[in-house]
Amino acid sequence: MKTPEQMTAEDYARLGFMAGLEVHQQLETDTKLFCRCPATRYSPRYDAELLRHMRPTMSELGEYDGTALMEFKTRKEIIYRIARDTVCTYEMDDAPPFSLAEQALDIALEIALKLDCKLVSELHIIRKQYLDGSIPTGFQRTTIVGVDGELRVGERIVHVRQLALEEDSCREVSDRGHRRVYMTDRLSIPLIEVVTEPEMRTPAEVVEVGEAVRRLTRSTGKVRTGAGAARQDVNVSVKGGTRIEIKGVPSIKMFRALTHYEALRQKALLDIRRELLGRGLRPDTFAPTWHEVTALVRHTTVAPIRKALKEDGVVYAVRLPRFRGILRHRTSHQHAFDHELSGRVRVIACLDGSPNLMHDEDPGMSIAPRLWDAVRRALDCVNGDSLVLVWGPAEDARLAASEVAERAREALIGVPSETRQARADGATNFERILPGPNRMYPDTDLPPIAITDERVARIEDTMGPLPREWEACCRERGLHLELIIPLERSGHRDLFERVVTELNVPPKLAAVVLGQLTRWARRRYALYCDEERIFELFKAFAADRFTREAFRSLLKSLGSDPGLKVGDVIEAALPRSSAPDPQATVNRALAEETHWRAIVAPEARLKAAMGVAMDAGLRGRVPGREVRVLVDEALSAADIEREVNHD
Amino acid sequence: MTEPIPVFDERPDRYKGYRGAARALLERERVGVWSDVLARTSRGDFAGIILPRSETADDRHIVIKMVSGYNVGLAVANVISMVERGYTEAHYKVPEKEFPVDGGKPNVVLFGTGGTIASRLDYRTGAVIPAFSPGELYGSVPELADVCNLRTEKLYGVFSENMAREQYIGLAEAIGRAIREEGIDGIVVGHGTDTMHHTAAVLTFMVQNPPIPIVMVGSQRSSDRPSSDAALNLIHAAKTAGTSDIAEVLVCMFGPTSDEYGLLHRGTRVRKMHSSYRSTFRTIGDIPMATVDRDEIVPLRSDYNRRREDREVTIDAVFDDRVSIIYYYPGMKADVIDSLIDCGYKGIVIAGTGLGHVNKPLYPALKRAHDAGVHVYMTVQTLWGYVQMYVYDTGRDMMELGVVPAANMLPEVAYMKLCWALGHSHERDEVKRLMLTPISSEITRREPHDGYLIYQGGLPEVAEFVAGNLK
Repeated sequence: MKTPEQMTAEDYARLGFMAGLEVHQQLETDTKLFCRCPATRYSPRYDAELLRHMRPTMSELGEYDGTALMEFKTRKEIIYRIARDTVCTYEMDDAPPFSLAEQALDIALEIALKLDCKLVSELHIIRKQYLDGSIPTGFQRTTIVGVDGELRVGERIVHVRQLALEEDSCREVSDRGHRRVYMTDRLSIPLIEVVTEPEMRTPAEVVEVGEAVRRLTRSTGKVRTGAGAARQDVNVSVKGGTRIEIKGVPSIKMFRALTHYEALRQKALLDIRRELLGRGLRPDTFAPTWHEVTALVRHTTVAPIRKALKEDGVVYAVRLPRFRGILRHRTSHQHAFDHELSGRVRVIACLDGSPNLMHDEDPGMSIAPRLWDAVRRALDCVNGDSLVLVWGPAEDARLAASEVAERAREALIGVPSETRQARADGATNFERILPGPNRMYPDTDLPPIAITDERVARIEDTMGPLPREWEACCRERGLHLELIIPLERSGHRDLFERVVTELNVPPKLAAVVLGQLTRWARRRYALYCDEERIFELFKAFAADRFTREAFRSLLKSLGSDPGLKVGDVIEAALPRSSAPDPQATVNRALAEETHWRAIVAPEARLKAAMGVAMDAGLRGRVPGREVRVLVDEALSAADIEREVNHD
Repeated sequence: MTEPIPVFDERPDRYKGYRGAARALLERERVGVWSDVLARTSRGDFAGIILPRSETADDRHIVIKMVSGYNVGLAVANVISMVERGYTEAHYKVPEKEFPVDGGKPNVVLFGTGGTIASRLDYRTGAVIPAFSPGELYGSVPELADVCNLRTEKLYGVFSENMAREQYIGLAEAIGRAIREEGIDGIVVGHGTDTMHHTAAVLTFMVQNPPIPIVMVGSQRSSDRPSSDAALNLIHAAKTAGTSDIAEVLVCMFGPTSDEYGLLHRGTRVRKMHSSYRSTFRTIGDIPMATVDRDEIVPLRSDYNRRREDREVTIDAVFDDRVSIIYYYPGMKADVIDSLIDCGYKGIVIAGTGLGHVNKPLYPALKRAHDAGVHVYMTVQTLWGYVQMYVYDTGRDMMELGVVPAANMLPEVAYMKLCWALGHSHERDEVKRLMLTPISSEITRREPHDGYLIYQGGLPEVAEFVAGNLK
């Protein structure tokens, strides 16, 4: 199977590769979207648990939605872990919503404006059903803020279908057997969902667009960053295939492998379909059969089956007529078609052992050949048929058998509509049947909210420029992209403007301090310094209280305690009373610490000597370039001295 | 199959919910509800189906449902033009599946009074369509067929706060007929939760000595949502009605907020205690009758009337609603009571402070009430505990003014009982005899220590309990 590196844009065009993105980005707000709980960081701590089941509600045709039915079949017990500090009766679905957080709406509107979306005039909160339990209500409250936007990515325009403001779901802790456990700390944190049109034609383009969307949302400085704050879904299809949604991709870089292998999986499934049709099979007449065969395999030595039997489980065999060879047909660089069957068994029948099925062409673990023969006879197999075994508690195993048969039948139709889970290796696992569009209905708990022209005008007046406009402005100030991007991500863009225009700090220095040093302090020491104190620090710098070399240590000290005053921190690090004489300090330091003398290369020698001099109390007090002049002089003097001695 | 688009001027309700400026715009553009439109607005183009507008919403927006399924509002002031591209009318129909009959299962009648027990969504409109007939219920809660054979009868379609004299009498009589004439094994009454405990109390007085369970049930989360408690409550209630041997009026609602088990509360000792929690119904001043889950009913006590084979029941459906409740507050003025007397009220239930007190300025009004033939009963706004009017002089003073202590009757229960008692007699001693002779634990002789348990969150031992048990 080809790797992404082995495929060209033309190859993808031949496949009919199409992809679109759904980017979920949490907003930086004080409260959650529909209650007054703090929208804080996650914590694994919890102090109570509650249990719910999700029931499907009928759709208008009197049928249950495919996903709904699947979730109901799984008979999951959903456990929610709740902590009193982060969750109230609203998230527990024991109280109606409070009014929507205006702060979140303002941020969503700003991003919608930056994406050139058409803003709606009146928000209507909608309930979007989710039966997997990821939201205790069974639906997500969501609302469209804008539609039909566009985003410039390099030289092309990517169209944005819609931007929605919605509440985040729970974090899954575990999903074993019939029990799924969720943490609720993330639940109901405001997030926006940006949906692009399916206009990406190569995996590389998907990455590029993903990065552009992220850059744009982050440029507001009002979105959350860090693990899980931005999560992407990607929709992929190929010619003749189906829209497949790969959920919850944590890193944009992963899109390349994920979309590539998904496209190839779809192609493999289409090849399988053609092969099966060629064998004369048709979806409406395809007749797999399944029977309980526990008695026949009772004496097997295969560990997972023995374990199931010991726990009073049963074994089913499924006969797939004329499927020989299909189960071993590669569908990704990691898997063959039997992985498709195994996914359904895992999710729908809740049999999550590994392996959870085996078949008679399985090169791995298998029951003895004579047992296969017995099972084959029991199911009246003929040459060319395939046999699959599943095992587990009686009800689950029976469901597993029927799901195997159903998935095999779907192979005759093509690529089933599914959502799939991203794996780190670029492959995907079956997650659930793709929900239909018919799962939205109005939230009767909240009235519509008018988006007035005044409100839009206020946001337009206060919002910063677009990334590309701002980038141009930065370039004019002599900044290159390596400085611009970290600065943009830091969220300190407005502070940068103030520092540069009000204090006349050189733009490059301001960009380094705000874009790189604050990030360094945060990442390395988890220190965070508020903008007001950073501004104070720049003010002292502009007044020549210290030199640029001191920013790093001063930021670290300030970040260690939000109560510290800027003046005190500077005074503690660089007391005015002990200001040294530069010339004398350099000479003394270089005489006392002499390891630099042994270095021959002139550049390295100078660097070492500079370090010695700065460490002697000059860092932060005397500009580096002045020290350098003094060190240079001292080094030249030393050279002359050495030459004289040599002579 | 596409339906022909009806002629615009012949469409009924084509401006449903729209008024003022919004309606004028629809009239001008000749589009209406269910029109699939392309709207040009100053904020860009929007396409979708025009939905009916809520009567309470403003007249400055048009609501459309877009292809994505989302609804958005377009400001009338921003709309430049609207063009109809198609027409998609919603059809309100609930699918029915025949409810299977099994001779081995108990026969249960479900009376509907209003609220939705089960429902179905119309995604095109977002409308919630109630499901009530056995066929409809079977379609949405198929497990019911494992529990009983079901007949349903819709008596009323009112919100529970609109239940009153007429409905109480009609409901009691319908229950009487079902018991005497149908040979059924149990009755379920579907009811909105807000006043479920009022109805449970009055049914206890109106339907005495029933041979079968009469189980009231509702839901705290509407049945259109996947997390609703409605289906499980209904299953619990049907199971209780069909198989429990507690032949009394019961309220069957969630025990914990988790989907675990229901509690069966005696109709006279139960109260809705939280505006939104699932586990809102609590037995006050005593312990509940039993727990119920899908598998079994576990009694928590044995002092109840057992199920009988006979079809005897006393229906005593009388109700004089010239009664009011006074929730006493400090500084209350006598004119509050005076006005009730002047308006012709015949009974007053006071929810007094502490052991049952009101301030002195009310005394003259209380005397006046007594003299005017108004029956005044004292209950406690603490809900838990007994009225005790001998402890302080003020209590004794009040009794001299004719105020009758109602022991540990809950205020709402005392209200329902006084209405019922006044339906029989206005003779002072007879009313008093009816009021103070308990029919079914509305007054209990003693209060066990665990009849009052409100654990205080935050305490270490409570935190430990909560962490170790599902909420």
